[in-house]
Amino acid sequence: MRGFWVTVALEESPLSAEAVLDVSGLTTRFSTPDGVVHAVNDVSFELRAGEFLGVVGESGSGKSVTMMSLLKLIPMPPGHIDAGVADFGGDDLLSIDAAALRTIRGGQIGFIFQDPMTSLNPVLTIGKQLCEPVMLHTGADRKAAKARAIELLDLVGIPDAAQRFKNYPHELSGGMRQRVMIAMALACEPKVIIADEPTTALDVTIQAQIIDLVKDLREKLNTAVIWITHDLGVVAGLADRVIVMYGGRIVEQSPVAELYARPEHPYTQGLLNSVPRIDQKGGELTSIPGQPPSLLAEPTGCSFAPRCPHAFDRCLTEIPQLAAIDAAGEHLSACFWDTVEGRERT
Amino acid sequence: MTETMNAPTPAPDGASTGAPILEVTDLKKHFPIMKGLVRRKVGDVRAVDGISFQIRKGETLGLVGESGCGKSTTGRVILQLDRATEGSVKYEGEELVGKSTSQMRGLRPNMQMVFQDPHASLNPRMTVASIIEEPLIEHRFGDRAERLAWIEELLGLVGLSPTHANRYPHEFSGGQRQRIGIARAIALNPDFVVCDEPIAALDVSIQAQVVNLLERLQDELSLTYLFISHDLSMVRHLADRVAVMYLGRMVELAPVDALYESPQHPYTQALHSAVPVPNPIVEFGRERIILKGDIPSPANPPSGCSFHTRCPIATAECAERVPEWRETNPGHWVACHLV
Ligand SMILES: Nc1ncnc2c1ncn2[C@@H]1O[C@H](COP(=O)(O)OP(=O)(O)OP(=O)(O)O)[C@@H](O)[C@H]1O
Ligand SMILES: Nc1ncnc2c1ncn2[C@@H]1O[C@H](COP(=O)(O)OP(=O)(O)O)[C@@H](O)[C@H]1O
Ligand code: SF4
Ligand code: SF4
Ligand SMILES: [Mg+2]
Ligand SMILES: [Mg+2]
Repeated sequence: MRGFWVTVALEESPLSAEAVLDVSGLTTRFSTPDGVVHAVNDVSFELRAGEFLGVVGESGSGKSVTMMSLLKLIPMPPGHIDAGVADFGGDDLLSIDAAALRTIRGGQIGFIFQDPMTSLNPVLTIGKQLCEPVMLHTGADRKAAKARAIELLDLVGIPDAAQRFKNYPHELSGGMRQRVMIAMALACEPKVIIADEPTTALDVTIQAQIIDLVKDLREKLNTAVIWITHDLGVVAGLADRVIVMYGGRIVEQSPVAELYARPEHPYTQGLLNSVPRIDQKGGELTSIPGQPPSLLAEPTGCSFAPRCPHAFDRCLTEIPQLAAIDAAGEHLSACFWDTVEGRERT
Repeated sequence: MTETMNAPTPAPDGASTGAPILEVTDLKKHFPIMKGLVRRKVGDVRAVDGISFQIRKGETLGLVGESGCGKSTTGRVILQLDRATEGSVKYEGEELVGKSTSQMRGLRPNMQMVFQDPHASLNPRMTVASIIEEPLIEHRFGDRAERLAWIEELLGLVGLSPTHANRYPHEFSGGQRQRIGIARAIALNPDFVVCDEPIAALDVSIQAQVVNLLERLQDELSLTYLFISHDLSMVRHLADRVAVMYLGRMVELAPVDALYESPQHPYTQALHSAVPVPNPIVEFGRERIILKGDIPSPANPPSGCSFHTRCPIATAECAERVPEWRETNPGHWVACHLV
């Protein structure tokens, strides 16, 4: 909802708010038997206080690895973070010690995963799992933690919260489990929540319930949210700003209304043309030819070049850098071609 | 018994233009629930619970609904890959329910299926050529040279190259594997193809490729499709008529424009409004119908109208009586007391 107004009232929007998280030059690779996977290449972005940042891209484009690298949630080895700084309130998340990172993880930064079953412990009641982080991060005693846990279950719309407190994860439906995950992420009133495809596994009417809940919570809590998804529709309704990833890089970044009205990068344009809309009669779907790139080779040019209708010789030998294409410096694209002017960008 | 109360005997669709290739009448598929050491039957999962509809020659009928509502089971029972518990499936006027496997064999070439998971549905130890050749051999299609020539042509039809013939499935991307599955499905020149979530496992940019391929093949080979999907936007793009299922029953069936522009059933309306639109300005102005609660289990469906536990306009009657499946406008079928 806010996304729209943000762009309409660009001046006094949270777009100009300070950054709570400032990532630059993040590079993460995996050493596998097949070779080195260049999963995240020189990724830089900031998350501003209270904003909702959407991250879209196809599977394998590096969305999860980017965010999980920030909290060292990737398996290391085979993963290794080879470069980058992630400034979070003066600390560099990528270089602080393990104990400090643990306090931040689940405390000031909450994480919500696609499949709640992988992050909930099947042999503990959801109540116990909610109380633990509350006690750990706020120093509350058992009784206070329980009261807080029930309050949180209530907040995320779980009926009969006091009863449900005693349930095990398998006794809940997928939608309810995702609500519990949200409650856990909120437990310590984090400054930042990172949600990785939190509704992808859910049915569409249940997804609508969760999105409705998240919108409602945002108004109440004013937490900054990073929401990873491959669904361009979900982002359109939720985000203030959007990052588009392709081949382990950010290829476009923009306020939400601007991105959908004037997508700049040929990949974003192709993506928007290839999805049908429920509110429109079907015309031709323009598909993007070819396939997403393999990340096994070190890129030497634009990784979209084999599929790009505008590719020219420069695209094969030089990696395009993300750069502002509007006066306000809010809309960024990583492409050598100016699709509006129809000529090479200078 | 509640199911027999409304005993939906369908009249042929009023607005019908093409002749029906498939007629489904009061079809049911119940899976027994077994419990305990002696495997006693304690109940039934009513995966498909009395549905009636037709598919016309050359059309695409979209079948939509949320996970577990019985879409795949419907597709499988139509093709007799699962046996019906009750009801009738007529293909070109011929009853399929009750046919033996060998009796079905003669009909198999006409009716094929494309599966959701392009990884699981292709044998990893077989080359692309042998995967496509298998049904050809089974149905004694030509000699080896003729088969190989046809396989080459099929690969071209689905946008692969003849050089792919001797490779193995793991050497292909998801979209390419789905093309192999499609080549196999059309190898015997079928008339009717059930596509069960053929794009659900694919990346967004690849989905459009496969859908465009399916549409082109439909034109070139005059195929009839039952297109099963939970993606309502894609179904709007490619279906001629659309059926909506909820907990094993059909709740609405209508020509595509009517279903999307004036949905009548409260569930269809909610389903619609839940689908996000990739346009922030549209999203900003949209009113959402947020359904309460979860989808009930088909092992224990609610009484009366099975949607009544979540329906925003349910009345007392809804919990008691199963709504009748009736034609409210020519070609527009709905099961709701209040429509
Ligand atoms: N072989 C089986 N034995 C027992 N129950 C089954 C079997 N096959 C399906 N079911 C049940 O029947 C119901 C309908 O299943 P079906 O696979 O047809 O759903 P669907 O609409 O295709 O769902 P999805 O969108 O998840 O693919 C579900 O509750 C399912 O668990
Ligand atoms: N544990 C791992 N080992 C090797 N490669 C990995 C691992 N985790 C992720 N990758 C690779 O990193 C790339 C980016 O993955 P990911 O960030 O998960 O993509 P997505 O955008 O779908 O979230 C992919 O090529 C993926 O295969
Ligand atoms: S840099 Fe070149 S290949 Fe890459 S998106 Fe732009 S025009 Fe296309
Ligand atoms: S019959 Fe009743 S419960 Fe069912 S959809 Fe209609 S109004 Fe709702
Ligand atoms: Mg991911
Ligand atoms: Mg299915």
